Amino acid sequence: MKRRRAAIALFAALPAAAQAHLTSSGLGPVYDGILHFATSPEDFAAVVALALFAGLRGPQQGRWTLFALPCAWLLGSFVGLVAIMPQSNASMSAVWLLGLGVLVALDAKLPPAATAAIAALLGLVHGYANGSGMNLTLAVTLALLGLAAAVFVATAWSAAVVVRFGNAWRRIVVRVIGSWIAASGLLLLGWAIRGG
Amino acid sequence: MTTTARHCAIAAACFIAAWVAPDALAHVQPGEAAGFLSGFEHPISGLDHVAAMVAVGLWGAQLGMPALWVLPVAFPLVMAFGGFLGFVGVSLPGVEYGIAASAILLGGAVAFEWKPPLAVAAVLVGVFAIFHGYAHGTELPAGENAALYSMGFVLATGCLHACGIAIGTLHRWPAGANVLRSLGAVIAAGGAFFMWQAFA
Repeated sequence: MKRRRAAIALFAALPAAAQAHLTSSGLGPVYDGILHFATSPEDFAAVVALALFAGLRGPQQGRWTLFALPCAWLLGSFVGLVAIMPQSNASMSAVWLLGLGVLVALDAKLPPAATAAIAALLGLVHGYANGSGMNLTLAVTLALLGLAAAVFVATAWSAAVVVRFGNAWRRIVVRVIGSWIAASGLLLLGWAIRGG
Repeated sequence: MTTTARHCAIAAACFIAAWVAPDALAHVQPGEAAGFLSGFEHPISGLDHVAAMVAVGLWGAQLGMPALWVLPVAFPLVMAFGGFLGFVGVSLPGVEYGIAASAILLGGAVAFEWKPPLAVAAVLVGVFAIFHGYAHGTELPAGENAALYSMGFVLATGCLHACGIAIGTLHRWPAGANVLRSLGAVIAAGGAFFMWQAFA
């Protein structure tokens, strides 16, 4: 339990890189937010990794994650909009990918509360990174709502697909994907330490 | 509406939608496509890397469960650790020899259908993965999209393993097993050539 708390504290201590820009989709701010999520591989991969993990752990953890992650993401986004906090370092996303990928690869048996806590923390940290540096306007608010909706959908799809996997082979495929996500995170971490 | 009519209607709707679709507004962020593609291209651009990674898949297929999936899970992770070492500037001498040795030994293991305990196989594959990852880590170009590059890189490595595993399914048939052993011998011979080049 102490090690888990230490790991969570480590995650929380490393703020994420601010990606405070929105690509215009031409379809309005809500779609700008969705597009932002879809074109941010660090965000997308982290959400998919967590959803795969929750799916491996079963429907209950899938449901917890499905609501904890987008809600925390939205909350973190609005905190990022209004809070003045120190700027971040780029290794955060890498640490998240590494940690979540390892959890999936190991098919770690975490209790539902721990999975929900990880989901909430991931949402808060990445949401904060999304929101920080933006100005509080109606368009940005709508974009952040769209982004949270995209997180919800990505989580729902990924977790739902895995929850239905009873076949051992399919679960192995998910674990292999987890190892790939972890490997990507490790490379990204080295890249961040090197400084680009 | 019958099933056939419904399928025809859907196909027609898709065709019309594609025909009247406006110009795509999406645009690639600077470095993003290049990041993923160059990351994907990197592991498959060197024959020595390709040979060793395919050999991992072949050997896993010969060893059967659980090595079949443990080795392809272990290799990318340890390879990424090697890449990490390369990124942060840790010195690792004899990388080219290690890569050539990996092709020789992994190809030899396939050729002779060597079946060690799982732990031994995993450690052997892991040690070689560090050399491969380190070589990639020191060669990665600056200015790419780091996340996409890393994902492309790992995905390509995984695909090479999957190719090896797919070819390794030949192992089920006696003639296929001989083909696999021959492939292992070819990979080992290639490794000997790479070793000769490393010394030259």
